[in-house]
Amino acid sequence: MVKMVELRIKRQKDRFSEPYWEDFRLPYQPNMNVIVLLNEIRRNPVNAVGHKTTPVSWDCSCLEEVCGACTMVINGQVRQSCTALVDQLEQPIILEPMRKFPVIRDLVVNRGRMFKELQKIHAWIDIDGTHELGSGPRVSPNFQEQMYIFSRCMTCGCCVDACPQYNSENPFVGPAAIGQVYLFNQNPTARFIREERLEILMGEGGIHECGNSQNCVRVCPKGIPLTTAIAKVNRETLAQAFRSLFDK
Amino acid sequence: MAKIRFIVVGGGLAGLMTVIKMAEAGHHVDLFSVVPVKRSHSVCAQGGINGAVNTKGEGDSPDIHFYDTVKGGDFLAHQPLCKDMCYNAPAIIYLMDRMGVTFNRTTEGLIDFRRFGGTLYHRTAYAGATTGQQLLYALDEQVRRREVQGLVHKYETWEYLGMVKDGDGVCRGIVAVDQDTLEIRAFRADAVVLATGGPGMIYGRSTNSVINTGSAASSAYQQGVKYANGEFIQIHPTAIPGYDKLRLMSESARGEGGRIWVPRQKNDPRDPRDIPENERWYFLEEKHPLYGNLVPRDIAAQEIYDICINQGYGVGGGNMVYLDLTHIPREELNRKLAGIMEIYEKFQGEDPRDVPMKIFPAVHYSMGGLWVDYERTADGLLDRSSPRNHMTNIPGLYAAGECEYQYHGANRLGANALLSCLFAGTITGPAAIQFTQSMKRSSADVSSRIYEEEETKWRERFDAIRAMEGTVNPFELHHELGELMIRNCSIVRNNADLKQTLEQLNGMTERWRNCHSLDLSRTRNQSVLFINQLWNMIELAKVIVKGALLRDECRGSHYKPDFHLEQPKDIKSPEYQQFLAKWKENNRKWLKTTIAQWTEDGPQITYEPVDTSLIEPVPRRYD
Repeated sequence: MVKMVELRIKRQKDRFSEPYWEDFRLPYQPNMNVIVLLNEIRRNPVNAVGHKTTPVSWDCSCLEEVCGACTMVINGQVRQSCTALVDQLEQPIILEPMRKFPVIRDLVVNRGRMFKELQKIHAWIDIDGTHELGSGPRVSPNFQEQMYIFSRCMTCGCCVDACPQYNSENPFVGPAAIGQVYLFNQNPTARFIREERLEILMGEGGIHECGNSQNCVRVCPKGIPLTTAIAKVNRETLAQAFRSLFDK
Repeated sequence: MAKIRFIVVGGGLAGLMTVIKMAEAGHHVDLFSVVPVKRSHSVCAQGGINGAVNTKGEGDSPDIHFYDTVKGGDFLAHQPLCKDMCYNAPAIIYLMDRMGVTFNRTTEGLIDFRRFGGTLYHRTAYAGATTGQQLLYALDEQVRRREVQGLVHKYETWEYLGMVKDGDGVCRGIVAVDQDTLEIRAFRADAVVLATGGPGMIYGRSTNSVINTGSAASSAYQQGVKYANGEFIQIHPTAIPGYDKLRLMSESARGEGGRIWVPRQKNDPRDPRDIPENERWYFLEEKHPLYGNLVPRDIAAQEIYDICINQGYGVGGGNMVYLDLTHIPREELNRKLAGIMEIYEKFQGEDPRDVPMKIFPAVHYSMGGLWVDYERTADGLLDRSSPRNHMTNIPGLYAAGECEYQYHGANRLGANALLSCLFAGTITGPAAIQFTQSMKRSSADVSSRIYEEEETKWRERFDAIRAMEGTVNPFELHHELGELMIRNCSIVRNNADLKQTLEQLNGMTERWRNCHSLDLSRTRNQSVLFINQLWNMIELAKVIVKGALLRDECRGSHYKPDFHLEQPKDIKSPEYQQFLAKWKENNRKWLKTTIAQWTEDGPQITYEPVDTSLIEPVPRRYD
């Protein structure tokens, strides 16, 4: 008797139609992940009641949790599906699309808003050009380690999915973007315009929208200390507000 | 003259660096990518990027880097390109540093460098064990800056289908499909750059991302672009086996002191930690005392294969060897290799800081790819003013990154991929700009008819795919393709199997026609998109297999034991002289670039000479 895995997937034909549930029973393999299950549906698109169905649409790319593409809600938890090992999940395994973005189809969502937020917060260094200008500034190993942690943000969207303040009604830039402000405002070159970034976070959708639920830091797959960044950036925006007051 | 328009397809390191060069010169670029560019496959590169800065006082130099690269590639790489790349490597690392890449540091605050395979020097800059990700993010940020300035427009759900050529055979744009809606559109451009990555998915499971189908490069090949050195597929010696993917365990693990071993006793049932030192066989260190665990990838992969398959020493009798880091302090592993420690822990549920990892070789990188040209100077560097640099044989169509064949010859050295992709971008952007400066007619003046014709052709193709009602499941057919290619065209090759594989691939083309589309929707219909990619994968697989079948020698990653020339240890012996004569004769025959051109009856193979004018080829050895 082949051991089977029970899977429930919240499906949706397109952005205008209502979601529905479809169940699958799939052969178990030791050490398999959710990706293996979804691949199996493609190779044999039949649901649990034996009806032919369409393969489930989902995004994925690297399958080793560095690209962020395969993020979805698994048993109520937002996470990457590549690192979701079946042996560690309660069955039926329930897959849903991320909750804060428009659904394109099935488990595919449009996370374009997050990239717009990176535009808004000026998340880059204004280098003079790509011609030869020598190396960048020297920094200590300790500083590099601190920055590296923030630089691993994949823009996967786990933190904003879990954030109660982040939704289509609210222009809040969300924890990932604030983490990037923290990163760039620490960088010896990018910090030349740190006041500009702080002013942005004092405007519409800025840091004051954070409700301090601390969900973001709990769901970040890379363990980025987002709440620490939010607290530090928040203090800086307050200092910045004072400075602006006295400069007037 | 109308405004010049550029199209770059692909948002990995090579594509984004090309875009940055074009935008910096004030040009507008349309950037196409199958995923948001921040999710491109470059993120998977772990270990680092090479550049001979000699900050460790070892006497390293770009010339030695150049020599290691050419020798590592078994002399099949065009030398002027390699030389220019190695000379520019330090500047590229410093540029990335200025863009904010969080490279690991020395106590003095300088960029730290570690060792990698195929060299004796500390030459590899790194950001933890996610260097590719960190480099890509820096470029992604710079491109976002240009996007805000209105110089870059991203088409991030659009997949390249084919190029548009005018009556003179000049590339004038592309046709692409929006994955979200299956809308098919032609886009005009004065120059097009393909930076579409490698074809790992042809092997089913590899270290590649699932987006690495090679579909775009294959499509270009089917439209007349020459495909070079297709048979040279790098097998990475150390990957974690898995059902969905073979996850890379970076060479940096060995660069930081990781050791490969198997128990001296076959099928030893003991926990590896209970096996004493003298009962462990460090076979790489034993056979190659000078380079040890850091022999180049082709050699390490072939040795591991030999130990497991031919000699039966694999762990537990299976196809696995130990990659052991447990002797290195935890704190050091966390600081230098955290990314890969995490991957092993998350996917295998064991801590590699405590227990040796179990690994086996996996398909990793294609040295071969679209043929691209270059123009050299008298002193053996690139002529930077030439529009021919990185141009394919189709005027106006360029290629950069893993999808083209330059820089790595028959085997790529670790940490040279990130370098070659970035370098290619810095060359391709300016070359494409040069090309548009001298062109007689703008794409704006090209008749809209040729764009409409291509659009119609592709719409009909996709309608036909959507209507497919055969009995073959395309994903199942792909699974078979992968199994076939891994079995017969990976580490060890022989002519009987290759011949049979080529016939089976022809059979797969026929079975492809009998596919079922599985899905009629126009919304994110991944089945229909995949069926189109699968056709392209099968066509490219034929190039790889036929090139391998015809090349009767061993060179770099292409290993055919029937044609192996045993190199005597003692270079003063008369046997060595006999070997050398045979080796020279073999080079006369085979030190050539394989060129595949598409015909309806399969790839037509010819050969081209290689520029070896700067470093004289010698038999490779690393002991």
